[in-house]
Amino acid sequence: MTQGVRRFLAGRGMALALSVGVLAGSAGAYANQDYPTDQVNTTGLAVTDDTVTVGILQSLTGTMAISEMGAVEAFRLAIAQINEEGGVLGRQIEYVLEDGASDWPTFADRARKLLRQDNVATIFGGYTSASRQAMLPVIERENGLLFYPTFYEGMEQSPNVVYTGQEATQQTIAALNWLAEEKGAETFYLIGSDYVWPRTTNNIARTHIEEVLGGEVVGEDYYALGHTSFGSAVNRVRLRRPDAIVSTVVGGSNVAFFRQLNASGLNGSNTLLLSLATSEDEVLGIGGENVEGFYSAYKYFMSLENENNEAFVAAFKEMHGSDSVIGDNTQAAYLGPWIWKAAVERAGSFDVDAVNDNLAGIELHNAPEGYVRVHENRHLWTRARIGKWNADGQATVVWESDDLIEPDPFPEGY
Amino acid sequence: MMNKLPDFIGGRSGLLGLLVFAALLLLVFPAAMNVDQLSLAGRFLAFGFVAAGLVLCWGYGGILSLGQGVFFGLGGYAMAMYMKLEASDGLPDFMRWNRITELPWFWEPFHSLTFTVFAILLLPAALAYLIGIAMFKRRVSGVYFAIITQAIAVITTILIIGQQGFTGGANGITDLRTLKGWDIHTDSAQVTLYYATAVLLIGVILVGKWLLSTKYGRILVAMRDREDRVRFSGYDVANFKVFIFCVAGVFSGIGGAMFTLQEGFMSASFVGIVPSIEFVIFAAVGGRLSLLGAVYGALIVGFAKVMFAEAYPQLWLFLIGSVFIVVVLFMPYGLAGLQENLTRRLRAYLRRTEEHPSSTPSPPRGTTSVGASNRPSQGEPDADGSLSTQEVRS
Repeated sequence: MTQGVRRFLAGRGMALALSVGVLAGSAGAYANQDYPTDQVNTTGLAVTDDTVTVGILQSLTGTMAISEMGAVEAFRLAIAQINEEGGVLGRQIEYVLEDGASDWPTFADRARKLLRQDNVATIFGGYTSASRQAMLPVIERENGLLFYPTFYEGMEQSPNVVYTGQEATQQTIAALNWLAEEKGAETFYLIGSDYVWPRTTNNIARTHIEEVLGGEVVGEDYYALGHTSFGSAVNRVRLRRPDAIVSTVVGGSNVAFFRQLNASGLNGSNTLLLSLATSEDEVLGIGGENVEGFYSAYKYFMSLENENNEAFVAAFKEMHGSDSVIGDNTQAAYLGPWIWKAAVERAGSFDVDAVNDNLAGIELHNAPEGYVRVHENRHLWTRARIGKWNADGQATVVWESDDLIEPDPFPEGY
Repeated sequence: MMNKLPDFIGGRSGLLGLLVFAALLLLVFPAAMNVDQLSLAGRFLAFGFVAAGLVLCWGYGGILSLGQGVFFGLGGYAMAMYMKLEASDGLPDFMRWNRITELPWFWEPFHSLTFTVFAILLLPAALAYLIGIAMFKRRVSGVYFAIITQAIAVITTILIIGQQGFTGGANGITDLRTLKGWDIHTDSAQVTLYYATAVLLIGVILVGKWLLSTKYGRILVAMRDREDRVRFSGYDVANFKVFIFCVAGVFSGIGGAMFTLQEGFMSASFVGIVPSIEFVIFAAVGGRLSLLGAVYGALIVGFAKVMFAEAYPQLWLFLIGSVFIVVVLFMPYGLAGLQENLTRRLRAYLRRTEEHPSSTPSPPRGTTSVGASNRPSQGEPDADGSLSTQEVRS
C-alpha cells in the first residue's frame, strides 16, 4: 500500500464517503487452490477468489458518533493489518461502511441491508445496547454474525453475536469489590445516564452492594442522554456524603459532569469516584485536570505496559494520527476482526454456522489487553482493571484481577 | 358515471390523484421493488398515517402538534405489547432481568388481540381528547400548543425510559416475531403487511377527504383562518379542535401499529421530539394542505434518507437538512403546492393557446419563481376538493 493511499484512508471523511474501502492495494492476484471459493462459501456470502466482504456498522453521525468512531478506526486498523499478513484464507478483506446514525431502527435497517444486499460474511459494530437489540432479530433471522465491541450489562447470549467487550461481572462487580475491599467504601451513590445500560448496571450494583458487600446505596440518579446540568446532582452528593460515587454517565455528559464536580470542590483528592463509562476518549473532552485522581474500571487502558499494546498503540497512531487516543471500546473492537479471522481459519470456511462452531476456545495472544480467550457463551475471558486518572489524560493501572475472569452474562441472584 | 362520484373525492382531478396514488402503491411499487425495498416503503407508509393526520389538524385545522410521536407510540406500543406477550412464555424477557416477577396489571389485557386493536384506536383518541379538552377549552393555541405537545413528547419519552421494567426502557420492546402465530419476518409476510398498510392508508385518506368535504371541514378551515368570527357565529371552537386532534391521533396510532408489525420492534425513539418533528417535516415537504402529498412526503423523505445514507454515510444528514431548508424557503405548500401550481399554469397556457392558436406565450417559469407564489389560489377547489373561499391567507 502506498503512502498516499494510507494517508487518504486516514482522512476519515473522504475515505468513508467512498463507502467501500479497499485496503487490499494490489495484493489481489492470489490464486486460492487450498481453499476453493465454492467450498469456503456455501451460503452465498460475498466471497470471491481473492476477497471477502465484511460490514462495519457504527454511528458516524449523531450523538453517539464521538464514542463510536474509535471502534471504526480499530476495525479498519485490524483489517489493514490482517490484509498485510495475507488476509483470511488467502482473501483480502474489503469492508462496507454503514452509518447507524445514533438511531436504533436505522441500525436494524442497515444490518438488514448488509446481510441481504451486500451478503457480508460478518458485521462488526454496534455500541449502545439499544442498537444491538434492534439489530438482533435481523441478524438472527438472516443467520448473520455480529461482533459487538462494547462493555455492556449482560443478560444476553445470542447464537449470532460475539461479545468482545466485558459484561457486568467482569467490570461492575469487580469494581465494586475493589471499592469495598481496597478503599473500605460502605455507602455508595449511583449516578448515570438514562438508558438501559446504566439502569441495569445499577440494578446489579445495588444488589451486589446490599446483598454481598453489606453496604448501602444512599442515592441513585439518572439524567437524559446528553444532559449537561449536574448542579442538583452534585448538591445531593454533597448532602448524602457517600464513601464512593459510581458513575455510569456516558458520552458527552461526562464533560459537564466532571467539570461541575470540580467546580463545586469535589475532586480526586477529596472524593472517591469510580466511573464505568469514562475512557481515554471521554477524558480527551473532559480535560485530564478535571478527572485527576478519579478512577475508571475497564479491561484496557491505553497506558498498559506490554509488547502487544505498545505495537498496537504505535500502529494505531500511524494510521489515525499521533494525537489519537484509544479507549476500552476501541481496543475491544480491535479484537473482533482478529477473532473472526482465527475462527474462519480454524473452520476453513466463511459460512456462519462453521465459524460459529469454531469460536469457542479461540485464543488471541496478540491482544493489546494481554491474552483473551473466547468462552462457550460467546463472551471473552478477560481481566478487570482499575485505572487512576492523571492530569495528562492517561490512567495509571492501580489494580488488576489476578486472573482472567470467566464471563457470566446471567449471574445468579442478580 | 362522473356525476355519481361522491363529493369528497374532489371531482375529476381528485379522482385522478387518488387513482394514481392507489396504482402507485398497489401496482407500481410491488412490481418495481424487491422485498427489502417494499418493506421499507411499507414503513414509510406507516409514517404516512401520521403525516395525513397532521394535514388534517395542522394544514386544515391550524393546530400544529409537535408531539404526534406520542400517539404513534401508543399505537405502536399497544401492538408491541400484544406481540411480546405472544413471543414470551409468561413474562417478557426484559421484565425478568429487571427483576419483575409478575406481569403488571396493565399488560394483562394485551393477551387479547381484540382488546389490542381497540386499544390501538382508542388509546390515542382518549389521550388526544384529554390534551385537547385541557388545552382548547382554555384557548391555548398556536405556538403555545406546539410547545406543550413537545413537552408531552419529552415527558412520555422520560416515562418510558425510566420505567424500563414495564416498558423495555430505551431499548424498547424488541424481538417481536409473530402475530397470532404468523411469522412476520418472512418475505411473504412483509409483502402482505405492505399491502395491508397501503390499503389501510388509502382508507384513512378517504376518511380524511370525506371529513374535509363535510360542513365540518368548512368550519375547520374557517376556524383556522378567523377563529374569532367562527366563535362569534355561535360555534364551540374548542370542540371542533378537540375532534380533529383526536382524528389525527387515531391516524397516528394506526400508523404506529402498522409500523411495529413491519419493523418487529417499538422503542421510545419513535415517541420523542425528533420523530415528532420528522412527522411534521413529512407533511411540510409533501404539502400540508394535501393528504396525498403528505404521504408522498413521507415516502420521498424516507427513500431520500436511505439513498443519501448509502452513498454518503457521513454527509447524509446534512443533505437531508438542505432539502428541508429548500422546501421551507421555496415551497411553502410543499410538493403538492408545487404540482398544483404547475398544473394551473399549464392549464392557463393551454387555454391561451386554444384561444389564440397563432400567438406563442412564454412557457411557465422555473421553480424558484413558482415557489414564491405557489400557494393554493383563492376560490378554486384544489386536489383535496375542499379548500375554497376560506383560503384567505397562508
